[in-house]
Amino acid sequence: MIRLLQIEFIKLWNNRASKVLIISYFALLTSIALVAAIKFDIGPIKFHLADQGIFNFPYIWHFNTFITAFFKLFLAIVIVSMMSNEYSNKTIKQNLIDGLSKKEFILSKFLTVITFSLVSTFFVFIVSLILGLIYSDFNELSIIFTDLEFLLAFFVKLTGFFSFCLFLGVLVKRSAFALGFLILWQVFEGIFRGIIRWKFFDSETTDMIMGFFPLQAMFNLIKEPFSRLGAVQSVANQMGEKLALDYYIHWYEIVIVLAWIAIFVYGSYAILKKRDL
Amino acid sequence: MSTILSVNHLTKKFGYLTAVKDLSFTIEKGNVYGILGPNGSGKSTTLGIVLNVVNKTSGEFAWFGGDTSTHEALKKVGAIIERPNFYPYMTALQNLKLVCKIKDVSEDKIEEKLDLVGLLDRKNSKFKTFSLGMKQRLAIASALLNDPEILILDEPTNGLDPQGIHQIREIIKTIAAKGTTILLASHLLDEVEKVCTHVVILRKGEKLYSGRVDSLQASFGFFELKSDDLEKLSSYLRTNEHFGSIKQENGLVTAILTSELDAQTLNKLLFDKGIIVSHLVKRKESLEEQFLALTKNVNA
Repeated sequence: MIRLLQIEFIKLWNNRASKVLIISYFALLTSIALVAAIKFDIGPIKFHLADQGIFNFPYIWHFNTFITAFFKLFLAIVIVSMMSNEYSNKTIKQNLIDGLSKKEFILSKFLTVITFSLVSTFFVFIVSLILGLIYSDFNELSIIFTDLEFLLAFFVKLTGFFSFCLFLGVLVKRSAFALGFLILWQVFEGIFRGIIRWKFFDSETTDMIMGFFPLQAMFNLIKEPFSRLGAVQSVANQMGEKLALDYYIHWYEIVIVLAWIAIFVYGSYAILKKRDL
Repeated sequence: MSTILSVNHLTKKFGYLTAVKDLSFTIEKGNVYGILGPNGSGKSTTLGIVLNVVNKTSGEFAWFGGDTSTHEALKKVGAIIERPNFYPYMTALQNLKLVCKIKDVSEDKIEEKLDLVGLLDRKNSKFKTFSLGMKQRLAIASALLNDPEILILDEPTNGLDPQGIHQIREIIKTIAAKGTTILLASHLLDEVEKVCTHVVILRKGEKLYSGRVDSLQASFGFFELKSDDLEKLSSYLRTNEHFGSIKQENGLVTAILTSELDAQTLNKLLFDKGIIVSHLVKRKESLEEQFLALTKNVNA
């Protein structure tokens, strides 16, 4: 296993484009801390984002995992190209001839995906913990470590998304086309939602059905955190509305994404096995 | 003698096209094999199948007696297929380190092998800066990293300039001299003739011949003769039971032997009959002539 990771590491780290993207990705993850610095101090209007409660434990786990998940697109490029480059350089053929089995080949890519997700999760954990310790109004240990399931969801979400990228890389063999296909798929899910909502089902059933589609399922894992924010809640209260959003992570949402991961990884292997290179 | 690779009734179909048809042969340790055949005769497909990159349609192949899985066996094999495939953005050294990781061998031999192919001074250059000849030499170095039981080369001199071809051939000869089993696929017959002890000849996916190079040249050879009196010479040769057909072309008589006869005896015989020859050469057919004859027979 270590050997497979080392193999992939050599391939990635010696590629300048990948290296730059990986470094900028982790820099961006860290940069969420800069949000804390957003501070308007224009005469009577004093606004300090950090004081708005976004860094309060345990809300910070939700907020940071939601926001940082958008940066995953950087790594998506790395993953799609690490797969499709093997095809365009024909190195996949040489790897197999040199004695890597097709299973090991896919496994080495998947392990890389897991590693990226793990390291990202760890990064977000550390950055959020530090930010929280500085800005949070509540610092009791029991509160700090509530809602940590958002980190688990974050990990599953990233792994799911990267596995999808991996699968597209194997399927399409060209990085630009694979990324295009990813966008196309997002559009497809949107259009499909529109059609079934318009013609067939009410909004609840539509949501349920869409929850089975890969990208929507990944998005469902961590729901938007803004309506949970104290300020938003109080505004809603004043308007006489009660925002009762279900922002918790449900076990079946995790299971759906795990199932997609299994499908993508096994699918990549099946395609590779069937293909003549 | 131990068997390195055995192929039994191997068949590969690409849709309607049968690229390899019911092919069987074995590779024994210590020999230098050539797979011969015109372009599109299924050489590369056969190698692709045994090297785990092309799926077979039916039939079997087994490495080292079949005790290990194909990918484990391939760690003991060195192979280059068609073009050298490396990561263009990595240096020669980095690429070879990666191969060591894949083959699960130590990195000690990298320098030694780079030296063997004459690339040691370019080890820190990126692969994409290499010329085709250098790429091919790097591929050979990479195939040798694990001191393989067998080295498989598919058209190793394809697309190279004469100098490059010469370099590759010298390297192959050096390796063969060390006792490494080599399997060389080529359509260049003189290349195979120069280095191989055994050949497998393919045509349209079918095996025409497999065995030793010298038993392929099973005929007794032929004589080329010149004389002032060609008529007398040919008419005598026609009466001699050692010869089959006699051809006369541009003042040169070619007499095909049907049984063993050495040049000295013939010379004496002719002299006794009062025929003085000005030119007498005993030759064997070259592999090329044999090959063309063999592939033509099937056509007819």
